[in-house]
Amino acid sequence: MSKRALTFTGLNARSRMIIYISVAVVYLACVFVWGTLLDPSAYAVRFADKFIPPSAGHIFGTDFMGRDMFFRCVRGLSNSLVIGLAASLISSVIALVFGISSAVIGGKFDKAVLMCVDCCMGLPHLVLLILISFMLGRGAKGVMLGVAFTHWPELTRLVRAEVLQLRSSQYVRASYKMGKSRMYVAMRHIFPHVIPVYLVGIVLLFPHAIMHESAVTFLGFGLPAETPAIGVILSEAMRHIATGKWWLALFPGLMLIAAVLLFDVIGENLKRLLNPSSAQE
Amino acid sequence: MLLEAKNIKFGYNKSRLILNGVNFGIDYGERVALIGPSGCGKSTLSQILAGYLKPQAGEVLFDSKPLPRKEFCPVQMVYQHPEKAVNPRWKLRSTLAEAWTPDAEFLDDMGIAPEWLDRYPAELSGGEMQRFCVARALAPQTKFIIADEMSTMLDVITQAQIWELMLRQIQQRNIGLLAVTHSMELAERVCTRIVRFEELT
Repeated sequence: MSKRALTFTGLNARSRMIIYISVAVVYLACVFVWGTLLDPSAYAVRFADKFIPPSAGHIFGTDFMGRDMFFRCVRGLSNSLVIGLAASLISSVIALVFGISSAVIGGKFDKAVLMCVDCCMGLPHLVLLILISFMLGRGAKGVMLGVAFTHWPELTRLVRAEVLQLRSSQYVRASYKMGKSRMYVAMRHIFPHVIPVYLVGIVLLFPHAIMHESAVTFLGFGLPAETPAIGVILSEAMRHIATGKWWLALFPGLMLIAAVLLFDVIGENLKRLLNPSSAQE
Repeated sequence: MLLEAKNIKFGYNKSRLILNGVNFGIDYGERVALIGPSGCGKSTLSQILAGYLKPQAGEVLFDSKPLPRKEFCPVQMVYQHPEKAVNPRWKLRSTLAEAWTPDAEFLDDMGIAPEWLDRYPAELSGGEMQRFCVARALAPQTKFIIADEMSTMLDVITQAQIWELMLRQIQQRNIGLLAVTHSMELAERVCTRIVRFEELT
């Protein structure tokens, strides 16, 4: 850390982290907004232009129906972002509720929650995800709920551990002895401690959600084939990659990886910024 | 008796009792030192006396009444590790304000510099932080202080300073004291009576 800090003169680690985070957020927000507002005619079917390799007119090339891959990717990624965001929010709320209540209530409830957590973590995510998505009739709703219901356990465990540790800490117990109410302790002591863990948890959940959404869609259990989504694009590309249409898989794949990595950058930097023991670096 | 423990039984698991029928009392105007080997249950007993732990049997009486559970407890504790006893996310001003808001004169008496109030715990030394913990425990409603090895982590000079500050306040306001310690010398210097843990059971 300190070695790298020296190479950027004039900027300390903290400002660099903030720059990383801002760049990543701005990029992802741009993709999201652009993709949502994009006119569908930009990636409309034009059979005359099929299988054009990357060129000035179509920087990512076109596919077997002559659709512009660049605009399709942007649109697909923004779809993935929406699904990822919704899924992370749902699962983080589940995690927050279960995590806090299982630490506070304890006893049998705590054991039951932990058993659910172990159960969900023991099964491979993808299998469970396919099952849930299939049962809910595929489509955006199926994928979203599938991702949401499979990704809560890690965050639940984090939140639960955090609250448990805090509840037995000397300053919380001292606060009770100074006549403070449970509500006061929860709002002033516990909540501010859980919030950073929770925020970082959401952000780090995000890349998982997007990856899994794409994976399920790629396997054909997710979004329908007509929706532009990275998973759909990649599974279509599989059919043409053997005939040398490399651009169909490469660019969408790179965009997906870039989005996932950027979320990771945001999460990791946020974690370092919000953690008191590393915030001063 | 100011603070009294009657037939206290306590164990961290059901099969093994650490405290088995402890009777202990501290009279008005007394300063008592509790001495015993590591792991014998001194801290457990002091946590029970301060109401942090509930004994499995027996009762703790303060001024012949049970300790209040919802309001400010007249028996306050000062711990061995000040850095664990304050919220690392709060400035020391808020930490102090959680108990009470002392005036400048009191802070000066406690050897707390005004600029420390606007710092975070990580920006203070252990001795500086322990002064805050002592100051916090010395709120106006406090009638009794349990110091659980409160100076063990500090160097000799800081130890002496903190105990001197503490004793001055305690004597001025007629507050009771139970000092849990390993040091016989400290106990003889600070307290009016020395109790060995073994004598209690």
